[in-house]
Amino acid sequence: MVSTKKKRKNQPDGFERFNQISTPMNVILNIIFILAALVCVVPVLLVVAISFSAESSITEYGYRFIPKIVSFEGYSYLASQSTMILRALGISLFVTIVGTVIGVLLTTLMGYVLSRTTYKLNNFLTMVVFIPMVFNGGLVSTYAVNTQLLGLKNTVWALILPLCVSSFNVVICRTFFKTTVPESLIESAKMDGASQLKIFFKIVLPISLPVLATIGLFLCFAYWNDWYQSMLYIDDSKLYSLQALLNGILTNIQMLARNAAAMGGSAAEIIANMPQEAARMAIVVIIVLPIACAYPYFQKYFISGLTVGAVKG
Amino acid sequence: MAKEKVKVKGKKRRWGRDDTELTLLALPTTIWYFLFCFVPMFGVIIAFKNYKISGGFLNSVFSSAWCGLDNFKFLFSSNDIWMIIRNTLLYNIVFIILNIVVPVAAAIAIGYIHNKRAAKVYQTAMFMPYFLSWVVVSALVWAFLSFDKGLINGIIAGMGGERQQWYMKPEMWPPFLVFMNLWKGVGYGMVVYLATITGIDKTYYEAACIDGATIWQQIRYITLPLMKTVIIMMFIMAVGRIFYSDFGLFYQVPRDSNSLYDVVYTLDVYVYKQLRTSTTGMAAAAALVQSVAGCITILTANAIVRKIDRESAMI
Repeated sequence: MVSTKKKRKNQPDGFERFNQISTPMNVILNIIFILAALVCVVPVLLVVAISFSAESSITEYGYRFIPKIVSFEGYSYLASQSTMILRALGISLFVTIVGTVIGVLLTTLMGYVLSRTTYKLNNFLTMVVFIPMVFNGGLVSTYAVNTQLLGLKNTVWALILPLCVSSFNVVICRTFFKTTVPESLIESAKMDGASQLKIFFKIVLPISLPVLATIGLFLCFAYWNDWYQSMLYIDDSKLYSLQALLNGILTNIQMLARNAAAMGGSAAEIIANMPQEAARMAIVVIIVLPIACAYPYFQKYFISGLTVGAVKG
Repeated sequence: MAKEKVKVKGKKRRWGRDDTELTLLALPTTIWYFLFCFVPMFGVIIAFKNYKISGGFLNSVFSSAWCGLDNFKFLFSSNDIWMIIRNTLLYNIVFIILNIVVPVAAAIAIGYIHNKRAAKVYQTAMFMPYFLSWVVVSALVWAFLSFDKGLINGIIAGMGGERQQWYMKPEMWPPFLVFMNLWKGVGYGMVVYLATITGIDKTYYEAACIDGATIWQQIRYITLPLMKTVIIMMFIMAVGRIFYSDFGLFYQVPRDSNSLYDVVYTLDVYVYKQLRTSTTGMAAAAALVQSVAGCITILTANAIVRKIDRESAMI
């Protein structure tokens, strides 16, 4: 579609113009897709609106798209609870960053080793990666192992380690290395006496940035969005991530107040004065904002990941 | 014959420096797999034991008394389990059908929109729910369905109607959960199918057009047949996971409401709830049933994929 001629950029040309749907049909399709897009986006806008509403107007008029009284009390309340919010944000960021780094490293290492077809243990390791795709121990024994054997209960590692490798990602990496890293490159490095470690870090990784980005993004979003691990393994509210905090507040509105009460003041008084609704939705906004800003730009990496994953090499 | 040759060659080759180095590279991930995947697989024997926690995990497993199939007998003697299996399967059947029909239709349709930039905007907007966690979705749903402040009840009350307790109405939840599942998944599906559609050679359409084929005929005889492999793959993969359900959808979105028990309990929710109420035996039995049934369906599905298209098979 690259053209030097002056042309209306978004209009089809040539054959496509000839073979396109009629204008009324186009209008109907546009209307359908506008509605579908709105259904997908509008709930988020509603939550944003609630987070900017004054508590009094919510109590009186309920949730509305256009707040009767605009106010920042939800956010200022969260700011007054900054120790809790910042701690949760810190946990979320720590888990996301450390988890992504560990995950990318473990996944690409395994992917690289599996892509070496001459490797003696290749078949064995392929089985190691593939069996968990088919069978798993189930929640109960996983829980028992993680809490009793590995002692992960109420540690931040419970949020990181169980999620960092997935066989799906390993297969994506293996396929990528097999198809895009030329064998001759590795062979010549080997001739020059480079160790596999050196080949992997100095040659394979630098030319594999697209797959690193894809896996990294998959992991980033998975960690940022994770609440299930917290629900299973974290009882200590000091280790709550943003998602876990939101989950706790959704099930028990008093959680915010209890935390404030621990810092002094009576719980009843704090609940009465607290902008519960706005504060709750403000947390949702804090969680969603980075995702909503980031994903349109990172979409293409997801798309390449999703489509590569569908093809086995 | 060629295969045999490779095998012989492989046997001849000695363990070299390369193999040692690669083993070292693979070691961390292998340890991860061992701890987080294979030890739990061994742990399924909990289901056959009267599991009591005493000291560490291994000690607990070995010191707990065997109880044979008692856990399973208890599990299947309750009426709940059948309802739960029914829920899991029925929801999944509906999800599988809709998650193919709607995204395929949407992916084909969006390609025909004249303004390509608008199409990109629609697609991006529809991809967004995929990136939201179920906890966030639960909060979004709450904003609509809450009894006293929810938007829906606000509109109903504004028109003079009566406010409804949406979280206590079992009859509205199955269609609603189907809708939510579609809402969250349609963007993902569209991406996968759009990738296939853009990969189709444009000359097919040119030829068809010259022969006087209408757009409908082109879709029917070019686009759909060329998407067939991908659709079948996605279908069979989904069928392979028919005993699994999205825990967040069935637990977070209905907010664990007791009056919705009959319609939102699936195997995953049941196992979680049993685990939380510390009836480990039943939970382990249900989890093992799910794992084994899931394993069988995945292998069967994979075998079918192999028959259709060897390249696309998982194993």
